[in-house]
Amino acid sequence: MPDATHSFPHLPNAPGVGYKPQHFSDILENPAPVGWLEIHAENYMGDGGRPLAQLRVLSERFPISVHGVGLSIGGEGRLDPDHLARLKHLVGWLNPASFSEHLAWSTHDSHFLNDLLPLPYTKDTLSRVADHIDEVQETLGRRMLLENPSSYLAFDESTYTETDFLAEIVRRTGCGLLLDVNNVFVSATNLGYAPQGYIDAYPLDAVGEIHLGGHDEDEDDHGAPLLIDSHGREVVDPVWALLDYTLAKSGPKPLLVEWDTDVPDWPVLADEARRADAALTRVLA
Amino acid sequence: MISQTTFRAGLLDPSQPVPEGLSDGENRPAGRRYGVYRNNVTVSLREALADGFPSIVGLIGRDNFEHVARAYLRQSPPTSPLMMHYGATFPDFLADLEQLAHLPYLADVARIDVAMRQSYHAADSVGIEPTALQDMDETTLLNSRFTFAPSMILIRSPWPIGSIWRYTLRGGDKPTGIAEDVLILRAEFDPEPHVLGTEGADVLIALQGGHTFREALEPTGDTFDLSTLLGLLLSNNAITHVSNAPIPNQKD
Repeated sequence: MPDATHSFPHLPNAPGVGYKPQHFSDILENPAPVGWLEIHAENYMGDGGRPLAQLRVLSERFPISVHGVGLSIGGEGRLDPDHLARLKHLVGWLNPASFSEHLAWSTHDSHFLNDLLPLPYTKDTLSRVADHIDEVQETLGRRMLLENPSSYLAFDESTYTETDFLAEIVRRTGCGLLLDVNNVFVSATNLGYAPQGYIDAYPLDAVGEIHLGGHDEDEDDHGAPLLIDSHGREVVDPVWALLDYTLAKSGPKPLLVEWDTDVPDWPVLADEARRADAALTRVLA
Repeated sequence: MISQTTFRAGLLDPSQPVPEGLSDGENRPAGRRYGVYRNNVTVSLREALADGFPSIVGLIGRDNFEHVARAYLRQSPPTSPLMMHYGATFPDFLADLEQLAHLPYLADVARIDVAMRQSYHAADSVGIEPTALQDMDETTLLNSRFTFAPSMILIRSPWPIGSIWRYTLRGGDKPTGIAEDVLILRAEFDPEPHVLGTEGADVLIALQGGHTFREALEPTGDTFDLSTLLGLLLSNNAITHVSNAPIPNQKD
């Protein structure tokens, strides 16, 4: 496969959206205000066909962020060498502006569970995750970004806060961070802490990208709010406010709107990107 | 310490208890908070199967499909993060299910869904010009061997699976009782199933096996419609290479 002829070295400090094939024509004809696109790596690991053909066209015009959902960086076992090789191939020919993955695990005993599963924040987890990130960065020959999870529960055995854990990962591996402010809001609500306090303690200097997305509302056994990270609706107002709070401290960043289930028509998604654009304009004012 | 083995055990088996050592952040047991992960895993895999097997959803209905899919995903979770390949063994699973034994064609119809997905993601290739065969003299053509597009997939069945698949997803004429072999071809990006006669399928299998055109045609009868088969293959860019290497020690 030929290398992408255009390459964009960085994601711009502009709004981007998670790419969905049904928006292909809309994006080519009327992308504004969207300045870049994010793809899920695993959807572009086939041998050929429309997905790769569309990606080649889009990569000529837009900076692309490759966002992995299947590497299982927090897994107890070793990283799947076949999957790492597939990732190296994709990142090799596409030469994307960014590569990111999750602080989570999804594979166990060679079974892939198709969800981002949680980790206790301990010394053991820290050294394992750091080793895996070293291996990824060495294999891909580039710095990666690591995303904070949405949490529905806490591990009694944790000895680090999530922000201290992420700061230590950055210090050990030199990786960057993908800050998902919806995940911060979801986790803070579910585990009973202030989301602004999380942002205050978070290593914002390492942030290479910010995620925004919608969540669903449920309740736990005690009637307490339990938010579910579903990416199936608009970003709620308190998350937009948390974005403003974050950008005021971090300065402008590449902002991504994720919408993965019940995907709307392009104008609805473009409106969400317009709101993100307005937040960037406010921080530059 | 909760190992991932312990955490995983309850995800696909609701009879397992919620692991100890998980809380709501205020020292109360996690309870249904663990259930969020359990639900995410089951629903995401079930939806992946429903997306991958639209004809089976249509044939047995959404509720029955979810029941069958849940049993399958618990027994056979994905073995790779490439969800585009998940469900390759689902047709075999359907074939062995006693409660679906009254629908004996179901597994073969499911094989069409699997093949449509495989074809969609198969490597790109370029078909030969239709004139390339016309320009050949007959002897050269008969001694040729063909290479086919990676997106071409043949499914043989004793059931009218092509008509059942089409009727379930697209409506139209009701299926008859005649066995059908189905050839999936991808002219550019969109795979399409085509019903083939038995002789056409025999010829294709012989050609795929590396036999010459002459050898592949030998068993066919006088009524075999070669031009229709070749027209179908050529118009869908399915023939990617014709090899005219002479056959050693040729007598005639």
